[in-house]
Amino acid sequence: MKDKAEILKALEKQILIVDGAMGTMIQRKKLNESDFRGKEFGSSKKNLKGNNDILNITKSEIIYEIHKEYLESGADIIQTNTFNSTKTSQADYDCQEFSYDLNFQGGKIAKEAVNDFLSKNPEEFKLVAGVLGPTNRTCSISPDVNNPGFRNINFEKLTKDYEISTEALIKSGVDVIMVETIFDTLNAKAALMAIKNIEKKIQKQISIMISATITDLSGRTLSGQTLEGFYNSIIHSDPISVGLNCALGPKELEPHLIELNRISEFFVSIHPNAGLPNAFGGYDETPESMGKYIKNWSDNCYINIVGGCCGTTPEHIKAMKLETKNKKPRKCIIPEKKLRLSGLEAFNF
Amino acid sequence: MTNSNINFVNIGERTNVTGSAKFKELILSNNFEEAISVAKDQVENGAQIIDINMDEGLLDSEAAMVKFLNLIAVEPEISKVPFMLDSSKWSVIEAGLKCVQGKAIVNSISLKEGEKKFIEQAKIVKDFGAAVVVMAFDETGQAEDKFSKFKICSRAYEILTKKLFFPPQDIIFDPNIFAVATGIEEHNDYAKDFFEATKLIKTHLPHAKVSGGVSNVSFSFRGNNQVREAMHSCFLFHAIKYGLDMAIVNSGQVTIYEQIPNDLKDAIEAVLFNTSPNATDSLIEISKKYSKKLDKKKVTKEWRKSSPEERVKFSLINGINEFIEKDTEELRIKYNKPLDIIEGPLMDGMNVVGDLFGSGQMFLPQVVKSARVMKQSVGYLLPFMENDKAESSKTKGKILLATVKGDVHDIGKNIVGVVLQCNNFDVIDLGVMVPSQQIIEKAIEENVDLIGLSGLITPSLDEMCFVASELSRNKINKPLLIGGATTSKIHTAIKIAPLYEKGVCHVTDASKAVTVASKLISKNKCRPFVELLSKEYSDLRKNYFKKDNKSKENNINTCRKNKFKFAWEKYNPPKPKFSGIKTVSNIPINEIMEFVDWKPFFQSWELHGNFPEILSDKIIGKAATDLWNDAKKMIDYFDHEKIIKPSGVVGFWPVNSDGDDLIVFKDNSRKEINTKLYFLRQQVNRKNSERPNFCLSDFIAPVSSKKDDYLGAFAVTAGKGIEKLSKKFEKNKDDYNSILVKSLGDRIAEALAEMFHLKVRKNFWAYSKNEKLSNEELIKEKYLGIRPAPGYPACPDHSEKITLFKLLEVEKNLKISLTESFAMTPASSVSGFYFSHPESSYFGIGKINKDQVKDYAIRKGISIEIAEKWLGPNLSYSPKKAA
Repeated sequence: MKDKAEILKALEKQILIVDGAMGTMIQRKKLNESDFRGKEFGSSKKNLKGNNDILNITKSEIIYEIHKEYLESGADIIQTNTFNSTKTSQADYDCQEFSYDLNFQGGKIAKEAVNDFLSKNPEEFKLVAGVLGPTNRTCSISPDVNNPGFRNINFEKLTKDYEISTEALIKSGVDVIMVETIFDTLNAKAALMAIKNIEKKIQKQISIMISATITDLSGRTLSGQTLEGFYNSIIHSDPISVGLNCALGPKELEPHLIELNRISEFFVSIHPNAGLPNAFGGYDETPESMGKYIKNWSDNCYINIVGGCCGTTPEHIKAMKLETKNKKPRKCIIPEKKLRLSGLEAFNF
Repeated sequence: MTNSNINFVNIGERTNVTGSAKFKELILSNNFEEAISVAKDQVENGAQIIDINMDEGLLDSEAAMVKFLNLIAVEPEISKVPFMLDSSKWSVIEAGLKCVQGKAIVNSISLKEGEKKFIEQAKIVKDFGAAVVVMAFDETGQAEDKFSKFKICSRAYEILTKKLFFPPQDIIFDPNIFAVATGIEEHNDYAKDFFEATKLIKTHLPHAKVSGGVSNVSFSFRGNNQVREAMHSCFLFHAIKYGLDMAIVNSGQVTIYEQIPNDLKDAIEAVLFNTSPNATDSLIEISKKYSKKLDKKKVTKEWRKSSPEERVKFSLINGINEFIEKDTEELRIKYNKPLDIIEGPLMDGMNVVGDLFGSGQMFLPQVVKSARVMKQSVGYLLPFMENDKAESSKTKGKILLATVKGDVHDIGKNIVGVVLQCNNFDVIDLGVMVPSQQIIEKAIEENVDLIGLSGLITPSLDEMCFVASELSRNKINKPLLIGGATTSKIHTAIKIAPLYEKGVCHVTDASKAVTVASKLISKNKCRPFVELLSKEYSDLRKNYFKKDNKSKENNINTCRKNKFKFAWEKYNPPKPKFSGIKTVSNIPINEIMEFVDWKPFFQSWELHGNFPEILSDKIIGKAATDLWNDAKKMIDYFDHEKIIKPSGVVGFWPVNSDGDDLIVFKDNSRKEINTKLYFLRQQVNRKNSERPNFCLSDFIAPVSSKKDDYLGAFAVTAGKGIEKLSKKFEKNKDDYNSILVKSLGDRIAEALAEMFHLKVRKNFWAYSKNEKLSNEELIKEKYLGIRPAPGYPACPDHSEKITLFKLLEVEKNLKISLTESFAMTPASSVSGFYFSHPESSYFGIGKINKDQVKDYAIRKGISIEIAEKWLGPNLSYSPKKAA
C-alpha cells in the first residue's frame, strides 16, 4: 500500500490516467459458461456466465492480460476486477461466501500486472485501486412502490459486507480503495464507514478515491442528490479524489465536471462512458472524439485523474494519455470554513 | 447550490413529538402519512433544516425514527433539506444516522456524563460525517450564567478540535435558552446570559456556530400566542445581533419585529435584558391587552354598458384589469371555444395596442398594463382549454429570455418580455440566475426561434460569453439577442459575436427588440439582416483593435508617475465623527422620497425626459403622468403595508494609500492592518495632455505623508419586501405592477444612498456641515466627495465588494448577500465607498493593459485568469479563454 502523501504528491505534478472498462474487454474475449465456471466452480447450481468477478479465480490470466493492455496503453491507475465482489452482489450467483477470495485475488492480479510493468519501466508511477462497487441494492430507495418506507438492504449489513471486501483488497496489496459508481450516497457512506473500521482494525491509514454517478440529465444521483449535496455528504472521509463516472458520456458529464472543479477541495477525477448507449447497446464515442473532450478539460485544468468507464478500451486510454501529456493538473481549491450540510441539496453557511 | 450568504437559519420544530402535540398524536396513532405532510408544510413554510425527535415514553423511538426517516427520504420536497436528528437517547441518534444519505446534524451530545462518553459519541458523529450540537451541560449540570455556559463550551471545543480533530465548522453550541418572566428572580438574567454567552462563543471559538430552542423563552406565557410570538421575535432579533446562527423555531409563527406594538416590544425587551425589577410584572400586565385581531378592507366600483367584446377591448387599450375576469367569463359563455376568444376579441384589442405602440401613440407603461389585462384574461381561460388542445398556431415565434447566472436584475428583461408578448410572440421567461445548461436544454426542448440574454452587472458580460460559447458547443442554431444595462454594441461585437456564428444582435430597448425579433424570425429577412449585422460587428472589431494597438505603449509605471498630484503636507484630512460601523433602520419612507432621482425611473420605462417637465410633455406627458400616479399610489402602499424596510449601514476606518492600494487599519494607532482595498489606474495615453492618470487611491493621503486619512463605506437596501411583492404580482399575471415595484425599489435604494451620503457629509463625517444643495444639485453631484461602488467605472472590479461587505458586516446587518458574480440580492440595494477629498471626482478606468492586470493580480493575491475574468470589459487585449 502506497503512502497517501506520496499519492498526493504525484497528483500535484501530473494528470493520472485511470484505466478503461473491464466489462467491455471481457465481452471481447467471448467466454462461455464453462470458462466462467473453471475447475473451481464446476458444480455451481447457478449459471455463472456474466459473473465477471469470478474470473479472478477461474481465468485470472485473462484479467491479468486486460490490466497489462491498459498499462501498456498508458493507464496509471489500475482498477481491480472487483466491482461486484461484495457479498450482497455475489448473492445473485450464490457465491457470497467467496466474497473475500474474489476481492483478494482481484487485488493480487492487478498488483502483479503493475509490478511486472514497473520492473520494465521502473521510473513510472502506477497505482492499484481496489474497487468497491455500489452493489445491486439501495439503502435510500424502496424497491416496492406501494411501501415507500421499505428497504431491501440496510446500512449495517452493507457496512459488514464492505468490511470483508475492503480487508481482502488491502491485504492483497492495493494502494487505494476506490468507492465508485455511487448512485446512492447512503450505500457509499456504508462503504466509507467500512473503510474507517478496517483502518482502526489494521491501524493504518487507507487512501480513498470516491466517484459518483449522475444517472441522468437532471444532474442528480439516482437517490436524488445534487452533486454538491453528494459532495457535502462525503467530505468527512477526506478522500484523495472525488469524481464522476459511468451512466453518461463526456458531453453530458462536462457541466458537472465544471461544477465539481468549482467546489472540490480534493483532486477531481472523471471516467465517463464512451457516450450514451446507442440503439444496439454499444457506445459511439471513439478514442478520437473522446480525446477531444479530454484535451479541452486538461487545457482548462479541470482534471487530475481521467479515464474511461463502460465502452472504453485501451485505444481510448491511449488517446487520453496523449491528450494529457505534459498538461498541468487542476489545482484544488481552498474552501472557506463553512458548515456544509446536505439533504438532497447542499446547504452551506 | 451554495447558500454562502445566509446569516440566520430556521430549523423547523414541528416534527418533534416533545414540541408538537399534533405530531405526537399522529406518530402515536401510526398515522405516518399525515406526519409526513407536517414535515412537508414546514419546509414549504421556510424551514431550512428540520428537527426530528421521537422521544416519547409510549413509543419505540428507534423504530419510529427509522420508519419516519425512510419515509421522508423518498419525499424530495422534504428530503431536499438537511435533517437534524434529535434525541436524548444515543441509540435513536445512531439508528437515525444510518438512514440519511445527506450530511445531517446530531442534536445533541454533552459533557453531562463525563468526558469519556462525550468523546465516544463525538467520534461516532465524526465517522458518520455529521455535524453536532453540543449542549452547555457538564457533570455538574446545565449552565445558567454566561461564564459557565462559555466555560463548558470552550472545554468541549478544546476536546473536539484538539483531541479528535473534529472540524470546528461542524460544531454547533446550544448554550441553553431558559424561560424568563417566570416570577423567580434567579431567572431574570437567563435571556441576557444566553445573548452574552453567544457572543463569547462566537468571539473565542472560531468557526463554531450557536443555536437554541427559542420557544422555551416564552414558556410562562403558554396560552397567549400573540405574546409568545412577539417574545420569540424580540429574542431572535437581539440574539442574532449577538451572533446566534440558527434556532429551532416555528417559522410560520414568528411575528415581524417591526410590527410588534411598541408598548409590548418595550415590555418584552425589558424582560429579556432585565432592565428593571418590575419588568416581569409590566409584561404580564400588558400581555392581557393583546389578543388576535384582524381587519380587512374592501373596495368596489361601478362602470360599463357596451358589449363584452367592446368592454374587453376597452380594458385592453386602457390597461384596466378590474373587470377582465368577469368580462372574459361572459365571452366564454357566448363563444364556442376559449381559443376563439383569444384569437378574436383579445387579439383584436392587442393588435390595436401594438399599432398604437408602434406608431408612438402609446408608451411602454401603458403597453405593459395592457399586457397585464391580456395575461389575466388568458389565464382565466386556460383551465377551460385543457380539452381542445389546438395550440395557438398564430404566434410569430417563440423567444426564450433569461437573466444569466450570477445576476438578479430583471426589470429590463421583463419589459422586453411583455412587449414581445404584446406583439404576438410566444415568450418563455426562465427568470433570473439561469445557468447556461438550462438555457440550452430549454431552447432545444421548446424549439425556440430566438434566445435573449440579459444582465445588469459587468460580470454578466463574461457569463454571456460563456453562454454563447456553450450554445455553439451544443450546436444551437438560433439567433441570440443581447440586452441589459451593462451590455453594449461594442462588447457584443468584440466578445460575444465571435463565439457564436448563428447571429448575435445587441438590442438597446424593448421597442427595438420587437423589430429585431421580427426580422430575425422572418424567413426572408433573417439572412440579410444577420449578414448585415456581422459586417457591422466585424467593422467595429477592426476599428477597435486598431485603436487598441496605439494604447499599448502605455505601461503602468509611466501611468503611476502621472498620478493625481496633491500637496498633502498642506492638507489635513477631516476626521469622521465615529469609527467602526453604524446601522440605521426604520427610516420613514417620506424622508427618503425627497432624495429620489426620477429621471432614471422614467427611463426604465422608456420615457425619456427631465422630471418634472416630462409630466406635461406634449407627447408622452399623459403616459408619464399615469405612471407617476401609479408610482405614488404604490409608494403609499409600500408605506402602509410596510413592504419596504429601508435600512443602511455606514462605517469609517483609518486608511492610507500605498501606491494603488489602500491600507485599512484596525484602529487609529495605525499599527495593525485590518485589510486592503485594491484599485486600478487609468492607462490611457496622456502624453500630450495635462490630465493625470487617475486611481481612486490618489484621493487618500499616502502612508509617506504621515497624515491621518479615512475612508468611509456604506450599504443601503429597500429590503426583501420588494422582491416578494413583485413576485406576488407576477404570480397574479400582473407584470405591470411587478415591474413597477422593482423599478421603484431601485429608485428607493438609490435615494437611500443619496440620503446617506448627505448625512455623511453633514453629520457623520461632517466635512461639509454647511452644505445646502437642492435635490437637483444633488443629482448633478455638486457636492464634495464621491461614493463610487465596486463595479463603477472608477473601480470596475465587482469582487472588491467582498471586502466592502466584510468591513460593514453587510450580510449580518442588512441581510443583503452577494451572488457568485457579486450582484447584491435583494436587488434594490446600493453600496459603495466614501472619499472625502475635496478634489475627488468620478472617472472611468477605461482600458487597461496586461501589465497592470498582472500587477493587480499579484497585489490582490489572485490568479491572472481570475483577475481577467472580473476585469473582462476593461481589458485592452483578449485573454486566453478559460472556459
